[in-house]
Formats: sequence, structure tokens, C-alpha cells
Amino acid sequence: MSLLTVSDLHVWFGLPNGGELHAVRGIDFSVEPGERFGLVGESGCGKTSAILALMGLLPPNAIVAGEVLLDRENILARGEESAEPHRWRDIAMVFQGAMNAFNPVQTIGAQIVEPMELHDFAEGSAALRRAQELLELVGIPGDRVSRYPHEFSGGMRQRAAIAMALACKPKVLLADEPTTALDVMVQAQILELLTNLANDFGLALVLVTHDLPVVAQVCERAAVMYAGIVAELGSVDRLFHDPRHPYTRLLFAATPDLYGADEVASIPGAPPRLDREPVGCPFEPRCDRAFSPCPTVTPRLLEVEAGHVAACHLNDPAVKAAS
Amino acid sequence: MSEAGSVNGAPLLEVENLVVRYPLPRGLIGTLRRWPRAHVHAVEGVSFSLRQGEMLALVGESGCGKTTTAQTVLRLLEPDDGRIRFRGEDISRLPPRRLRSLRRRMQIIYQDPYESLDPRFRVRDTVEEPLVIHGLGSKVERRADVLRALEQAGLTPPDLFLDRYPHQLSGGQRQRVAIAASLVLDPDVLVADEPVSMLDVSVRAGVLAILSELRGQGLGILMITHDLSTAARFADRIAVMYLGRIVEEGPADEIIQNAQHPYTRALLSVVPQRDPRARSTPQILRGETPNSVRIPPGCRFHPRCPMAIEECKAVDPQLARPKAATSDSHLAACIRV
Repeated sequence: MSLLTVSDLHVWFGLPNGGELHAVRGIDFSVEPGERFGLVGESGCGKTSAILALMGLLPPNAIVAGEVLLDRENILARGEESAEPHRWRDIAMVFQGAMNAFNPVQTIGAQIVEPMELHDFAEGSAALRRAQELLELVGIPGDRVSRYPHEFSGGMRQRAAIAMALACKPKVLLADEPTTALDVMVQAQILELLTNLANDFGLALVLVTHDLPVVAQVCERAAVMYAGIVAELGSVDRLFHDPRHPYTRLLFAATPDLYGADEVASIPGAPPRLDREPVGCPFEPRCDRAFSPCPTVTPRLLEVEAGHVAACHLNDPAVKAAS
Repeated sequence: MSEAGSVNGAPLLEVENLVVRYPLPRGLIGTLRRWPRAHVHAVEGVSFSLRQGEMLALVGESGCGKTTTAQTVLRLLEPDDGRIRFRGEDISRLPPRRLRSLRRRMQIIYQDPYESLDPRFRVRDTVEEPLVIHGLGSKVERRADVLRALEQAGLTPPDLFLDRYPHQLSGGQRQRVAIAASLVLDPDVLVADEPVSMLDVSVRAGVLAILSELRGQGLGILMITHDLSTAARFADRIAVMYLGRIVEEGPADEIIQNAQHPYTRALLSVVPQRDPRARSTPQILRGETPNSVRIPPGCRFHPRCPMAIEECKAVDPQLARPKAATSDSHLAACIRV
């Protein structure tokens, strides 16, 4: 039994015109303690909506369905009532741009203490001591606890944001684009920190990013999302060396690599609109391997080898035979 | 692009010992007591040249001075010292009234195509505006120029895009409109400041391919980027900047395969690669780039350098050909290589 199991997760957003946007259209994945799992995709693929659903932090116009088992308990079962006891205590999140979201007129320490007091985890001097320990843990001298955000560099603020997410000793850490605005050297420092947290404390890390090379270097397994579904999921090694969904292959090919010899090619077209249900495979209009069933038949997520699944008709002998 | 040329042609742009400093406010007391004014040493003696049909990538972390360098080259900022020559003519002190004709020859595209386009302008107006400003061509001629520029920027068929507003375009298409608006003046030099960093990965290559094609047609492109992988795959030459200086420069392949400066080597080691099996031990530099108000004496990189020796604290190294270089145009500013 995994620490975190997400099954058939859906997210809809109500639109002002009365329509609905189906942002996450049934995704499954699971994460073990100490594992580093990547959720990769381009803007609008639903990766952020999915993890906000895990936190129960979507805006009021969102509807969530599916099951999120955290230590066997479905935290989506009764809405806020079942999600609230776990938020920050068992499952925590570093938001995109978190390093710029500190309150400028409060000390870093006070802001790390806040979630502890709010969730009855610790208070007073014990909480402040823990804030110091957390800062040390993320590589900031503990005496900086009384400093203000503007006295920290971008990299240090990002570390402090991670410390804040860890305040109540969560088992799962969701990190949304934690290094996107950072320089490559600082990015390396933060990725090293996240890796160490998973290795040393058994923290399960879900790294949400658009950056395939970051996932390839940091994560053990990853799910590639496209238009609200998981197009492919497997070990990062298999995703790169034997991609079984054309989107995964083309996305790697569109990513410049320092030592890559192949031509860097963009993927023509754009993702489909999600305010109406796509028919067939959502990637079909941009796919270089599309064939007769793709425009009309939605591909099933099939296991192509142990621990490696892909939603593409090319992997389905039954569909291939019929076409 | 007026005269298609080869990489070996005469330099379009020559920059020599460029210095740009931003004064820091002293405050009331500081002013009254006449404390010496402190400066941000954004660019401290940068030299490079850009030839026709060449793409030079200026690479570095934030605050290294790459954008300041580019903006000064375009005379959007005033240089404090040094020389900028465009087609042999010294433009570093050109008076403002003469800058307009220069700007026609040197154009810039910005990082964020969501902000650089006026939301109330149709594509045709955005692309035509530079022609109107410079008073070029009749209405009919301008329309033909607009269509040609859109086509060059890969927006085909151009008629389809003429009447669209920015909100009706994807990020990649917006950046192509921005490129078209710079191309319409038929410039010789294009400065591209992080041209794809705001775009989705799947469309980046398309925009870079356009720039690559324009270079093939003779345009000189100065690309500012923090992304070494992009520079590696698209630029002809790479110049790595650190704290206001170019610390290493050379042909792109040479810099990627045979970097000599310890800073370049550290940077390369932390660039994530696509292949999970290529996980190498990154050589992570501790701390962060020092503040460019107080630049370390001697070699500005010595406090973070894994190879630094006593001498590095005193000697400010100049660009020179490293011993292990395999190209004559490979230069590094380090006394140890």
C-alpha cells in the first residue's frame, strides 16, 4: 500500500458563462515514502490543479471527484472536513512563486511558526526552536530566524518556503515549480536539498514542473500530463529511453540538451481546449504517429511493461489489428 | 539583412571595454556629508564582436550584466566608458537625434510576449508601427513589408494573422509577432533578450529556428539567455558573463565540450540533462554571486572558485587563450588555465 494513492481524480472549473472546464480528467498515480515523483507537463495540462486538489485548496468554483488515499484514508471523502486534518500535517505544499509570497513586515521565523500554531503542532518558544531547526535543515543558519524576507536572497527565500512547508512534519511534500524563477546554480542547490529531504527523512516528494531535464535528474518516476490526463507514467529512465507515447518522445525532442546531437524540434499546433470534452486522443491533432482510430477513439491507459503505462493506441494490439 | 554575408565578414558590432555603472542613492545625510557615491558595477570592461550571419549568446546568471550590456549596445542605456562600433562607426557617444536612424538598424525583442505587445493593437498595427514611426514607405508598400515580415517570422499565411489581437494568439505566435515587428525595418542586428524563456517547451524550438534562419540570411543576433542548453544548440559563439565581465568566450561547441574557466565548468555541471543516466555529480558552488556594488578584488570569482590560489586574490585576470584550448578564438579570464 502506497503512502499516497490518487485514483480517477477529476477537477472541473465552473466558467462565468455557465460552461465547465474539465482541467483534470481522471488521473491515477501513487507515491511511496522517500520517493521522488515528477508530474510534468506544459501550461494548462492540469498539473497544478491536480495537486491543489490533493491539498483541498482549489477555489470555490472548482468541483473535485475521485479518491486520494493518504495512509489508506480517503481525504477527499467528505470535502473540507476530511481534508483539513491532514493539510500541512501530513501533506504540505510549496507553492509556485512561494519565495515571493512572504509577508514583508513579519520575520521569517514568525511566518514559519504560524502554521505550527495554527495546527496545534507547537507553540511559543518550542515553535521558535523548531523554526530554527527547520532553517538549519534547509541550509540557513538558525540565527536568521529573526530576519525579514528582504534580507534573504531569492534562493534563501525559497529554502525558507520549503522550511515553512515542513513545519508540521508532513509525510508528503508537493512542490510546484520550485526552481522555475531561480538561476541554474541556485536551482541545483534547491534540487539537492529536496533530494536529501526525501532520502534522509523518507519524505515523499511530488515535483510539479514543466522542465523535463529537472525531472530526469531528480525523480525516480514521473507522469507526463497532457490536456488533463496522464499520457504516460513510468520510471524516468524508461520515459527517456523507451517513450511509449508520442507526446513524451516529442517533448524530449523539443528540449535542448547540452550534449544532444539530434535536432531540437518544436511540436506543431497547440493543446485542445478543455471547456468541451475532447473526442478521441487529445494529442491526435499534433501527433506524428496518428492513425485511423485516434481522432475518434479515446486511448486506454495500458501497461506496456511493469510499472510503465501509456495512453496511446500504438500500444494496443486490439486497436492496431482492427484499424 | 541588406547584404547577406558570411560569419567571416567584417564585424557588424564591436564592443570594447564597455563599462556601465548605476549610482546608488546616498540618502539625505549621505548627500549633505558628501559621502562618496556607491555604484552597482553592472558591466565592468566587456569586449566582444558580432559578425554578420552570426548568433552570439551572452550567457550568465541574473545580475551578471548581460541585459545591461545588450541595452547599452543599443544605446538604451548610456555607457560610462568604452566604445561601441556599429559597422565601424563609433556610436557610443552619438547624440540622441542621430539615434533614430541607428535604431532602425538595431532591433530588440523582449522576453515576455504577453507584455511587449499592445493588447489594443491588431497584429497589422503592431508590425506596421515601426515603419510609421520611421516614416518609411507608402501605405501599400508598408502593407507588403508587414506581410513579408510576418512570413519571415513564420506566421503563415500572413493574411490570417493581420487582424488578430494579441489575446487571440498563443505565446509562440505573440513572440513571432514581436519578431516580425523588429524585422519589418530590415535591421542588421537583432538583440533577443531571453526570447523563449516565457514560452512552453513544445513551441520554443520553433521560435529559435526562426532566429536561426534569420541568422542564415545574414542578420547578426545577440541572444541574451540564462539557458546554456539553448545557447549550446543554437548559438555560434558563447560568451559567459560573471559579475559584469566576460569570463570565457569561444565557439559554442568549444565552450560546451572544452570549457576551461572554473565558473563555466561549474555552470555546465549543474545544467540538468534530459537523459536520466547522465546524472553526474554536479559541482555546486556554495553561496550566491556577490553583490555587484562591492566586487571582490583580484579575480572576481576567487571567493567561490574551487581552483583559487593566493595569487587569485590579487591578480585581475584578462581574457587570454587557455593552454588546453582547441580553438584560436577560445578565451578565458583565469590565471590557472
